[in-house]
Amino acid sequence: MTSNVEWPLFEVFVRPRAGLEHKHVGSVHAADARMAIEHARDVYTRRQEGVSIWVVPSAQIVASDPEEADALFDPAQDKVYRHPTFYAIPDEVKNL
Amino acid sequence: MTRTAATVEGAADPVRAALLRYVLRLGDTSLVLGQRLGEWIGHAPALEEDLGLANIALDLIGQARLLLTYAGEIEGRGRDEDALAFLRDGSDFFNLTLVEQPNGDFGRTIVRQLLVDAWQLEVYEALCASTDRRLAEIAAKAVKETRYHLRYSAGWTVRLGDGTEESHRRVQTALDELWPFTVELVTADEIDALLASRGIAPPLEELAPRWNARIDEVLREATLQRPADVPYAWFGKQGVHSEHLGYLLAEMQFLQRAYPGARW
Repeated sequence: MTSNVEWPLFEVFVRPRAGLEHKHVGSVHAADARMAIEHARDVYTRRQEGVSIWVVPSAQIVASDPEEADALFDPAQDKVYRHPTFYAIPDEVKNL
Repeated sequence: MTRTAATVEGAADPVRAALLRYVLRLGDTSLVLGQRLGEWIGHAPALEEDLGLANIALDLIGQARLLLTYAGEIEGRGRDEDALAFLRDGSDFFNLTLVEQPNGDFGRTIVRQLLVDAWQLEVYEALCASTDRRLAEIAAKAVKETRYHLRYSAGWTVRLGDGTEESHRRVQTALDELWPFTVELVTADEIDALLASRGIAPPLEELAPRWNARIDEVLREATLQRPADVPYAWFGKQGVHSEHLGYLLAEMQFLQRAYPGARW
């Protein structure tokens, strides 16, 4: 009963607790979205890891090109002033 | 079958004796089905299904633990869940005959699961309102698990039934062959009737149409034919089993029989 047709891949995102954001945890193979939810539930939430699941067809994810990583990400390297820790906080400011 | 009647009617407290038998029926049904599903581990068609079946098996074994522990307390002879699971012989098991049937292919396992899930869901939903508080508590936990089991088995039944020509043929054959074992699910005997009269267990004649409706809905969507009713019925719940239970117990009980009291 083996089939040559492989189920498509879905990326799985799990929300650990109410109020937290969904986090990517891995992927499952499934014939469709409903099955992907069931597989994600069985594979990734068996130990109470989550209260909500998103699945997204992996083919639908648009990724940045690793070849372009230099152009995309390196320019941020020398912009330390973009971190809040760059600025000295005056003593008078109690709550920031 | 007469043995069952004698045991219960001859008891000093017939309701208590019937309750013991009823709890064993539920517990043994979960235990044996859990053991069967466990046989899939490492053999399922996909890694995800391997985990899916194992999860259901663990839910069922969890239910069996609660129910057999309770049965041991009702019995009052010092037997715990392990003694009841591993040291009883086949004729002292009261599971539904359906759950001891071999896994066969994935489709057959799914059909068996659908038939039992729909039944367990009706039973547990009704037991949530049982006058027996302990049973009601166990049912409240089990009903959530069973809702997922039915979602899983119904989903797969539809996929396979309404799938390819071969998958349709396989699940229809499995349905036809397993159908005779469903009679006892919805046929009350004296134990069911006695407990129903006390509000402990649901009356099976009320449960039967709901189970039928659930099954018919799934079969319709799966384009499967409901088999004709059969005159002969199995009654595993009265301790009369098919030849398959003995082999299953031999494997399940081997360790405790060969090395009594072994722990790990």
